[in-house]
Order: sequence, then C-alpha cells, then structure tokens
Amino acid sequence: MQRFLQLPGAAVRPGGREADQEAASPVLAPEGGAPPWYQALQPEELRWLQAPEEDTTPEESLEGPCPEASQSQSQPLRHDDLKAMLDTNKDSLKLEAMKRIVAMIARGKNASDLFPAVVKNVACKNIEVKKLVYVYLVRYAEEQQDLALLSISTFQRGLKDPNQLIRASALRVLSSIRVPIIVPIMMLAIKEAASDMSPYVRKTAAHAIPKLYSLDSDQKDQLIEVIEKLLADKTTLVAGSVVMAFEEVCPERIDLIHKNYRKLCNLLIDVEEWGQVVIISMLTRYARTQFLSPTQNESLLEENSEKAFYGSEEDEAKGPGSEEAASTALPTRKPYVMDPDHRLLLRNTKPLLQSRSAAVVMAVAQLYFHLAPKAEVGVIAKALVRLLRSHSEVQYVVLQNVATMSIKRRGMFEPYLKSFYIRSTDPTQIKILKLEVLTNLANETNIPTVLREFQTYIRSMDKDFVAATIQAIGRCATNIGRVRDTCLNGLVQLLSNRDELVVAESVVVIKKLLQMQPAQHGEIIKHLAKLTDNIQVPMARASILWLIGEYCEHVPRIAPDVLRKMAKSFTAEEDIVKLQVINLAAKLYLTNSKQTKLLTQYVLSLAKYDQNYDIRDRARFTRQLIVPSEQGGALSRHAKKLFLAPKPAPVLESSFKDRDHFQLGSLSHLLNAKATGYQELPDWPEEAPDPSVRNVEVPEWTKCSNREKRKEKEKPFYSDSEGESGPTESADSDPESESESESKSSSESGSGESSSESDNEDQEEDEEKGRSSESEQSEEEGKKKKMKKRKKVPEGQEGGSSSDEGSDSSSSSSESEMTSETEEEQVEPASWRKKTPPSSKSAPAAKEVSLLDLEDFTPPSVQPVSPPTVVSTSLAADLEGLTLTDSPLVPSLLSPVSGAGRQELLHRVAGEGLAVDYTFSRQPFSGDPHMVSVHIHFSNSSDTPIKGLHVGTPKLPPGISIQEFPEIESLAPGESTTVVMGINFCDSTQAANFQLCTQTRQFYVSIQPPVGELMAPVFLSENEFKKEQAKLTGMNEITEKLTLPDTCRSDHIVVQKVTATANLGRVPCGTSDEYRFAGRTLTSGSLVLLTLDARPTGAAQLTVNSEKMVIGTMLVKDVVQALTQ
Amino acid sequence: MPGVEVTTQRLCRATLRGPWLAAGIVALHPMSEKHWKSVVSQSVCDYFFEAQEKAADVENVPPVISTPHHYLISIYRDKLFFVSVIQTEVPPLFVIEFLHRVADTFQDYFGECSEAAIKDNVVIVYELLEEMLDNGFPLATESNILKELIKPPTILRSVVNSITGSSNVGDTLPTGQLSNIPWRRAGVKYTNNEAYFDVVEEIDAIIDKSGSTVFAEIQGVIDACIKLSGMPDLSLSFMNPRLLDDVSFHPCIRFKRWESERVLSFIPPDGNFRLISYRVSSQNLVAIPVYVKHSISFKENSSCGRFDITIGPKQNMGKTIEAITVTVHMPKVVLNMNLTPTQGSYTFDPVTKVLTWDVGKITPQKLPSLKGLVNLQSGAPKPEENPSLNIQFKIQQLAISGLKVNRLDMYGEKYKPFKGVKYVTKAGKFQVRT
Repeated sequence: MQRFLQLPGAAVRPGGREADQEAASPVLAPEGGAPPWYQALQPEELRWLQAPEEDTTPEESLEGPCPEASQSQSQPLRHDDLKAMLDTNKDSLKLEAMKRIVAMIARGKNASDLFPAVVKNVACKNIEVKKLVYVYLVRYAEEQQDLALLSISTFQRGLKDPNQLIRASALRVLSSIRVPIIVPIMMLAIKEAASDMSPYVRKTAAHAIPKLYSLDSDQKDQLIEVIEKLLADKTTLVAGSVVMAFEEVCPERIDLIHKNYRKLCNLLIDVEEWGQVVIISMLTRYARTQFLSPTQNESLLEENSEKAFYGSEEDEAKGPGSEEAASTALPTRKPYVMDPDHRLLLRNTKPLLQSRSAAVVMAVAQLYFHLAPKAEVGVIAKALVRLLRSHSEVQYVVLQNVATMSIKRRGMFEPYLKSFYIRSTDPTQIKILKLEVLTNLANETNIPTVLREFQTYIRSMDKDFVAATIQAIGRCATNIGRVRDTCLNGLVQLLSNRDELVVAESVVVIKKLLQMQPAQHGEIIKHLAKLTDNIQVPMARASILWLIGEYCEHVPRIAPDVLRKMAKSFTAEEDIVKLQVINLAAKLYLTNSKQTKLLTQYVLSLAKYDQNYDIRDRARFTRQLIVPSEQGGALSRHAKKLFLAPKPAPVLESSFKDRDHFQLGSLSHLLNAKATGYQELPDWPEEAPDPSVRNVEVPEWTKCSNREKRKEKEKPFYSDSEGESGPTESADSDPESESESESKSSSESGSGESSSESDNEDQEEDEEKGRSSESEQSEEEGKKKKMKKRKKVPEGQEGGSSSDEGSDSSSSSSESEMTSETEEEQVEPASWRKKTPPSSKSAPAAKEVSLLDLEDFTPPSVQPVSPPTVVSTSLAADLEGLTLTDSPLVPSLLSPVSGAGRQELLHRVAGEGLAVDYTFSRQPFSGDPHMVSVHIHFSNSSDTPIKGLHVGTPKLPPGISIQEFPEIESLAPGESTTVVMGINFCDSTQAANFQLCTQTRQFYVSIQPPVGELMAPVFLSENEFKKEQAKLTGMNEITEKLTLPDTCRSDHIVVQKVTATANLGRVPCGTSDEYRFAGRTLTSGSLVLLTLDARPTGAAQLTVNSEKMVIGTMLVKDVVQALTQ
Repeated sequence: MPGVEVTTQRLCRATLRGPWLAAGIVALHPMSEKHWKSVVSQSVCDYFFEAQEKAADVENVPPVISTPHHYLISIYRDKLFFVSVIQTEVPPLFVIEFLHRVADTFQDYFGECSEAAIKDNVVIVYELLEEMLDNGFPLATESNILKELIKPPTILRSVVNSITGSSNVGDTLPTGQLSNIPWRRAGVKYTNNEAYFDVVEEIDAIIDKSGSTVFAEIQGVIDACIKLSGMPDLSLSFMNPRLLDDVSFHPCIRFKRWESERVLSFIPPDGNFRLISYRVSSQNLVAIPVYVKHSISFKENSSCGRFDITIGPKQNMGKTIEAITVTVHMPKVVLNMNLTPTQGSYTFDPVTKVLTWDVGKITPQKLPSLKGLVNLQSGAPKPEENPSLNIQFKIQQLAISGLKVNRLDMYGEKYKPFKGVKYVTKAGKFQVRT
C-alpha cells in the first residue's frame, strides 16, 4: 500500500506546484513546457482538430493517472487548435473546444491562456457553450481581470432580460466573477434584483450577497440593507437563501430577525431542505437570546432593563417608570410561561423530524435539545435512532451527537438501548461511538444486559474495539457501584488473556478501579505484581508499579521484590515506566527503608545518568526529598506526606461530557473545538427580552381572512394541525406568497411558455406590492379608527379586494374540482361571489391549481373567506341564490337565510310615515368581513315622497363602526326599498346608535344585535372540531343542562332552532344524538364552538367553547331559551 | 484489497485535482478566494491521504478531518471517496447529505457511480456541479430539475449529438425550479401510464449463540417508479398503517394528511424515487424467518478446527426463502477451509479470510448444511472468538411486517394508470453470533 500511495502522491505534488507557478505567471507559462511531450501528443491533438465530431468524450479522460499527471507537468499550453476551434462559427466546434477546456480545468490543468479566445464566446447563442463559458469565466476571471471586464456588458444586458431565468443566471455569473473593479456594478445589480418581481431572481440576489461580501467586506452596511429587505420577503424560495446570506454577512444582527421571526417559523415547512437546515440553526440561536429557559421553572425575575433596550423600537412599551413600579409591587418570582413564539418554533419544526434529509432531522434535534422543555425533548430520540440506518458517515455524526445528548438526557435514549448494539461488521469508529452511547445509557436496571453485551464484544477480533470495551466496563463500574465487583472480577480474568493489548488495557482500568477501594483488593494487586514479568506495554507496567507503590502496605513482601526486578531492567524501560520505578522506590524507602534503602539508591543513581532530563530531574528531586541530609531537612520531614498522601480516585468520564456547550450538530461540536466562523450558542437570558418586538402590525381588515387562508394553504405539507393557534399576526404575509406562486405555476403549466408566465407574474407581483403598501396605510387607519369615526373607508377596501381576487379565484376554482363531499362544505357564498361566474373558470387551469393547492383533498375548513369584493350586494345575493339552489345538500343553511326575523327600527307613527325595519341578512358584508350586514327596509306610508334618506353622524361606542348605505334620493309614497349597511359591532352586543336623516327630519335609532348574529359559520371537520374544542377548555367552556320539550326532539327542529338563534355552521358528527356547530366571531375571528348532547329522554347538555367568554355565556342563554320554548 | 486501494487513491486525487468537487464545496462557506483562485491547494489532499493511510480499513477513515486551515469532510461510496473542503463552520451532516446527493445524482445520470463513469463524463459532471451549487450553497438538487437542465447521457443521444452537434444541456428553461413542487418536472407525457410500488422490508437482527433474538427490527422502504403523464395526484392507503412506527417522507408527501388519516397523499416526482422509509421496531412483531445451527470449534494446540452450520426455515409464512448467502469473516489464523456443502457452493478467500456460502433456496425436506475442517496456522494460539455469521436472504411476495397496501387512487388526471405493488422481504444486517 505504501508503494501505491507514494506513486500518485509523488506525481501530484510537483504537478500541483507547477500548476501554482503557472497560475502565478500565466504569461510565462506557455513556453515553459518540454517539447518532447508536445510532439508526442501532437498527432492525437490533430486528430481532434480534424474530426471533432467523431467522439464527444474528451480524449484524455480514459487514461490512467500517471501519464496524465506527467502531462500536466510538461504539456505545453499553446492550445492553438482550441483557439482555432473557438474562433469558428460552428457551434459544434466551439462546444467541443469548450468541453475539452472544461475537462482540462476539471483535471486541474491550467487553461488560463485561452481566456481571450473563450471570453469572446460569452454572447454565444448555444446554451451549452454559454454555460461552459460561464464555468470558465468564473474560474479564471480573477486572474485576467481586464479581459474579464469585456464580458460584463453581456451580463448587464442579461440583467434586463424579460425572462426571469435569464436575469437570474446573469446575476449568478456576474456575482461569481471575482473582479474587485466591478463591485459597484455587482452592488447595483444585487440591489435591483432584490426588488425584482420574480422570487427566483430575488433568491439569486440572496445568493450573490455572500459572494460580494467575500470580495469586498466594505460593502457590509449596504448589503445588510439588502438582507433586511430580502428577509421581509414572503416566499419560501427566498427564505433559505437570505438566511444563509444573513449568517454569512451579519449573524450578529439578530435584531433583523424580530419582525420576520414568525413568518420564518411558518414558512419553514415549505422551504427546501438546505434552507431548512440554515434557518433552523439560525432560529436556535435567535431563540436562545430571546426566550427564557424552559427548564428553569423558577427564579425568573420580572422583566426589566433588558426591555428598555428594545423599548425604543416598539410601540406599546410601557414607560420605564411603570415597569419599575410593577417589578417592585409584584413578587419577584412568577411561574414560567413559555412565550407563544417559542412554542410556535417548537411546534413548526417538529414535523420536520420526519424529513428524509438527515441534516434537517439533526437540525431539528439540536433545536429541541437546546430549546425544548425537558419533557418534550424525547420526541427527537426516535428520529435520531432512525438515522442510524443511514450511511456510515451519517451514523458517525449522529452518534457523536447522541453521545453528547445521552449524557445530559439519559432517559431519552434508554428505550432505544438495543439500537446501539454493535455488529461485528460495523466500522471501528462506529463501534467505538456506539460503545460510548451504551456506556452513557447504562444504569442500575439495565446494567446486566449491557454487561452481557460487553462480554461478547470483548472477544471481538478488532483489538482497538476490545480496548475501548474494557474502558467502557471500567466506566460502568465507577458509575454504578453495584456492579463494581463483578466488573473488577471480569477484568481480572481478562488479565490472563493472550492478547497483550487487552491485558494492558485491563491493567490500566483495574488500577483506576482499585484506587476507589484498595483495602479489599490485596489479592488483585499481588496478581498484578506477578504480571510485571510478562506485560511489555509500558502504560500497563507503569500502572502496576504505581499501584504497588501506592498500596505497598497491603503487599509488604512482594513490593521490594518487584522493585528489585525493576531495578535490574531499569535501563531498558520506557520513560514512563522509569518514572514509576523512581516513584515506587521512593515510596518503599519511606515505608520500608530497611529492606529497600540500597535498592532505592541504586535506582536513583541509574536515573541520575539517564538520557532523559525529566528522569534526571525527578531522581535529583526525589533524592533530596527522601534521603535525610543536613541542609534540606525542612521538606524531607514531610516527605511521607508528600508521597503517600491519600489520592482521590480518578473519575472516569466520557469525552463527550460538557460538549453540549457547542451547538449540537455543528462542526465545532464534532471536533470539540471552535471552528472558524462558529457562532457561539448564547446562554439563556436572565430576563426575557420584550416579546412584542416580534409583533408585526396587521391591518385589521386583512387579519381575519389571512388567518383562514393560512389554514388552508400555508402549510401544504407536514403542517401541524395545531398550527392555527399561533399568534395571529404572524401569518400576515404568507398566503399571498402561496397564492402567488400557485397561480404562477398554474399559468406556466397551462401555457408552457415562459414569456407569458413572466408576464403573468409581473401582474401578481404588482398586486402584491400594491397590497403590501396598502396594508401599511390601512394599518394606520386601523389605529385612527378607534379614536374617531372612519370616513375614508372605501379606498383601502377597494384595493384590498382586487388583490384578494387572485388567491380567491384559485381557491374557488380548486374547490370546483372537488367531490360532492367537499361541495357540501362549500356553501360559503363569498367564494362564488366574483365578477365571473364559477362556470366560466376554464377547466385546465383549474386543474393545475387544484393540484397545487395541496390541502384540497382533505375536507378543507372552508371558512367564510368573506373577501371584500367590488361586486354589488344585489349581484352577490343573486349569485348566492344560484349556489343554494344548485347544491341542495346544505340543509343547515337553507332554513335561516336571515336570523332573527324583522325587527323594527322606526315605527311609522314615530317616523311620520316612514317605517323602517331591519333584518340580519347573515351574508358577509361585502365591504368589510368584520361587519355584520344588516338589511334595512324602508317603506313610505305617508303620502309625500321622502327625500334624501341617509345616515347622520353616528355616536358610536369605541370600536364600533358602521358603513352607511348610499343615500336614497327619494322614496315615493307607498313604495318600499331595501338597503344594506354594515356594522362592526366589535364582538359586543352594544347597540349601534345613529341617526336616520331625511331632508327634513332626524330620527335617533339604534340597532342592537342578538349575540348569535355576531358570528359567521365556519366549516370544520369532526376532527378539527374536537381539536379546537380541546384547546378551549376551562374558563372558555360554558356548560348548561336543559330539558328539551317534546316538540323539540327531532334533528331537523333542533338544528333549525340553533341556527336560527346563532349564525353557526353545522359540523358533521359521528354520534346521532350529538349536534355540533361552529362559527367565528366577525371582528376578532375567535372560534365559537357549540355542542348539544341530547338524550332521547329529553335531557340535554349544551356546551359552548369560545375565547370570548361573554359571547359564550350569552349564546348559551339564548340557545337554551330558543330550545326550551 | 490492493486494487481497491489504488482506485480510491486515484479517484480521490482526480476529484481533488480539479477544483470541481473540492472547490465547489470548498465554497460552502466562502473560502472562495482559495477556491476561485487556482490555488485550491492540492496539498490539502495530503491530509486526507494521511488519514486514509492511518485507517487500516477504508471504512474507518474519519468523515471529518481537521487540518490547519481547512476541514475535510468526506464520504465513501461505491469504492470512491468524495471529499469536500470546508473553511468555516457548517453542520457536517449538511455537507455529508449533499455529497450523498451528488453521488446519487451521478448514479442516476450514469447508471453507476464509478471512477470510469465520472471520468467518461467529466464535462457533464462539471455542469451538474455547477447547477447543484452556487457559491457553495446547494441550489438544485432534485433530479427532476437537474434532468431538465442537463439531459442525462444515453448512447442514442450521444450518437445524435455527435451528428447534429446538439448538446446535453436542455434548451428549455427549468421552470420546475420556480414552481411550488420543485420535485416534479412539467409537461410529462407517457403513452403507457404506470405506477409501481416496491415495498421492501429488511430485517435487522442480532441472534445470540443460543439462538434467541437479542435485537430485531424491520426497516422498510417503499420505492416508487411512477411514469404518469401530467400532474397526477396520488393517494396510497394501507390496510394497517398503524404498524409503521417511525416514518420519514419524501418532501412530496402531505404530512398533515398522514397525521390525520394515515394516507400517503402526494404529487409524485417523475421516475424512480423513494416514497417513504419506515421502521417497525417492536420486537415481538418481527418474525425471524431462518434459524442457524452452528458448531464451530478450534482445537487447542492443533492446527485444525471443525466447522459445521445448518440453515433451516422458521416462521416463513409459507413462502420460499431464496437467495440465501452466508458470509463469515474467519479469524486471521485460519489458513484454509475444506468444506462440503450439501447444497450450493462456497468460496474462501485466504487473503481476506472471508468465507462465502451461496446456498440458494431452502427446501424443508433436506436442510442445507456446510461441514468440514478448518486449517489453522500452526503454532498460533487458537482464536478466542468464533466468527459471527452474516446471513442474506430474500422472500418474494411477502412483507414480513404484514404491511399491506390497500389501494391507490389518482386524482387530477383523466386516464387510467396501470398500478402495481410488489413486496419483498430481505435480510438487512442479519447477524448470528456464535
């Protein structure tokens, strides 16, 4: 083997050096070659020139390494033939030339002198030639900077191309050309690409950031701006890449993550695998700085100064004064409550344990290990054990991490003990790691099995492994007192093993064990003493000598004899043994000077002339210490204490102990040393920094629909069913990205034409931008709204509706593909309400969309998406009517078209001939999903026309807002009309007071909603219902017992009564005598779940689960009343 | 063994000489200066060679080697080392996973991942790596996308290319990269639409001397070969999905659907891929299909020993056990073996000391056995340990865990696909200690 190694090795090194020289002076290189080689090669080269089409494989690729290597040493670099080929017009020749050049690069040969010839072809039409030119350019641009600049304009043109893929590839190559002079161009290109409408180009921009940073780190500040911008991106495509750029450029700017934290958590599941790893590992660090340790349940002080630090950034921060007051007033300890964001991270990463990628699984595992409460860490064990079936390199890394974890959390892996059993076919490094884990896992209960397993290992043929096993036994013996004697006996038996290594290892381990209880083991020491004749391994000999010296009083007769033997062989011993001989001599001299005085002096004199100065030093030191002399009496009086002091037993511990201060799964952890660029895993903060920095303000009107859409689309795979309960604000941006990419790909696959697709996308991008800018606007509006009445509503709403249209259409068209089962769910009128009737949705596009909308095969929780549309209400009502007749499978909604009958608003007497009634139409209000839509019927019973009917200045309680109906110019006598107005009741039953004005009069009226009208039905599956219900227990659950009257025992009547009382949707239910209904309150979107458990006898129990306890209580009252009447 | 050594050495050098592999990944965290300049100093390899020399066995080369300026992360696959050079902190599994993905891709493109294949296709390899990595960060690793970008070489295509001068690089732009389902290429068309699933289960077991099971579990995978036009949406359901203890999924699978209904619902990639892998670990569920009676003994102070093993069926669910192979790593002191098999044939390699017995099928009437004498090196002490027996076998038409596919439904496309499921049980790491 040695020979084989030397041969190529010798060939490589000179070759490498040569290549370096060539690289350093490319101009000189061409003449440097030795002509004979060139001539030898020429015919072949010529053949290539003449008939390049004959064979596509590069000529040298099949040759062995040796001739090749020597060629690279001495082959001339003229390449005239290649230049000629590159200069032709034929693409095939160019391609051939480029292939050969790339093959040269691949083999490490220098092809830099071809640069001018190659760079000319950067604008070549043929894609493959172009790509190969790119490869070449990226490789050599740095050496030939001036020439490389020639190509830049081509890329700059590419950056403006209408096709996103060309833009991306131009940016990718441009940013890979490492020429400092183009840094400003790169910077500009990156900035531009970062706001490109194509997410793919933005992704490429994110990739370009670290490249530019490594080329010129002065650009850091500008790059951070770009990163900040890209971090706010909402697409999964960009997320991974930009976090990678963040980690490269500014990992310390953790503050950039705040606003994007929730978004990243939510997107995580759909990011590609590589991005997931990077994001998870970054979020681990983030969480370590932002949340409190979940393991220390107590001794958490109130938040204080930390918070003030972030206080400037956030809006709702209390003044520092009030905080101080709070911290003094409250007791200084409070029970630990996990930050919802912390929980969100744990919940969203958990499904990734199921990933096929080992790197992702490991990333999640380390996240759980570092961040999860003790009780939850266990979930990672199974996934990690699964990885042990993978490639041996994966096993190696995973076992290292398991070893560290198993020290800290032994219980986690105990159930999987047997998975760590060792097979004779495992590579030694894997065996040793498994052994480490087994040792860590051993405890009182499983030690017999572990030791039995160890026994089989000891007889292995792999001696390194046997040695490791013996050490493992030693560790088990020290850790578990019960088996110490058993282990010791076992080890003593090993002393008669034939293999010297085994014996030596046993001696060393026995020595350590004996130190713990020397008194009982005189026999073993005697046995060991006898072994000195046979054992040659120095460490073992040294150990025996040390033992005898240390416990010489237990073996008073043997010890001097051993010393005698060792003195004889002293000169031939290894240094480590010699030192121990001196030690032994000194100790014996102190305890038994009569017998050993001469021997000791002999040994010391031998040592005095030893070649090793350590030994000479030691000898001199010992002699001064033990042999009493006139001058040096002070120390020698204490010699006995010095030498025979009781020594603490060694602690045998794992080499993996405390390795967890490195982030698990990292290179540094594996090497147990800080690698370059390692980011320390910070300690938990003492006090939690302000959590509100992560709040992203969301315009109120989008919040509701976003939440709903998120549930449907945001997590197509792996998504955790509980994902919903995350903080509301977090999802603000996601659905858009989803819908965007969905509709994009649908258009792509529909048309197959990239140009049309990019057009399409531009549109969507614009919409998206429009929407986001608008959301800021309406966010402000939302704030104002609370204070004063809102006058400028329509503007924001109009825009919102148009942008919603895109996603909405895709979802509805996918719905149209569904089976009848899902059609049943799809009673939601809003989804049908749009300009185009559903039937006109073309089938092919719809099909693609439905495939991409990955949730649509589960009965989706089609909730009232209630998008604001520009369609007039009457059209909406028409369309709605259509749907209802089309799908007669909807009993629950057929009956109560309007809730609580007609109510009088203004009596015709009081209204001087104007009679006004109102009904709750239960249709989503077209302008604002949070508003209850109220139909107002005017009828003129007087004999004069009533003119200018409109709503006057309302006096509204805070939070409540209304959307007036358009003014009715004139109402002729005897006529009646109906208008729709929207009222946002803010989830309260407070009355909305306003004035109805005519030209002549003003009437004060008020509308008070029944609690049942404050919600809209939601369609949940039975499982979802149960899950949601389980979350809303305790205070949020209100139960009432009632008896159903005889009249009210049939299904139909019960359902009708309940739905008449409250605007809820029926939830399918397995058992016959249970009824379930679900809805969401309009303003806050909190779930209202109603369960009626009716016995045939009439006894029934009504349960309402809702976050809004007031609503729950009132609802119970109303429903009970309705049912019992 | 020496042959292997040379190959690995050679390839290793080949990979590292070109900046392609080393450099591509060198850039994983931009040490790029090193890399993009021509000084991806090949001397870095020397550290690797050194480590390789130190490790007696190729399997024992540590996957991560630390050198003064770089870190080398390597994998060993198909007798080749793939080495990447890293300069800064990066999760090692990230790199290992990527290297395996690279090896998978080569396998996929060239049919085998061998030195010859790589050398023959050096340009394609270079192009592939260019697409798979950007500045050291993985870019496109899904084989469906890569195949859109760079067409795999076939004999036919290379002939056509050489005549027409066309190329391997796809001229369509890879729209798949932009889509929400990056694993599937667009515009797939087949005349015969087929979907095949192979349920392959492997039994991992350690059987101790006395024949009792120390450890056993079933590792299963479902490999799919899907050739369906358009954008089919499949859902595969099982008769007994609760059996699956721990599952890992291809990214195409909708996790939520599995969680709630235990149905695999997915839009498949085109071609061959691994749909899921799973584990059935509860020991009582694992039936051990074979037993081995063995008596191996070495006499003290004499240069021979006796060797006698018999294999019999046990809990085979009425199926034939096929393709049985027994591999034994004999102790170093064994010089030769004179054995007589009642069935099949055996070989003993005196250099590696590996005994291989190719048994074939088991017929219950006459159990296969292998008996004979072992010649030991004279004078050497008798081996302490009896070698353990590694057994391979195969049972067709049976998933030993009892897992059964219930049905496969397709949505989203009109045509009727041809569907097929095949079950195989094999021995995984099946070891009998003696």
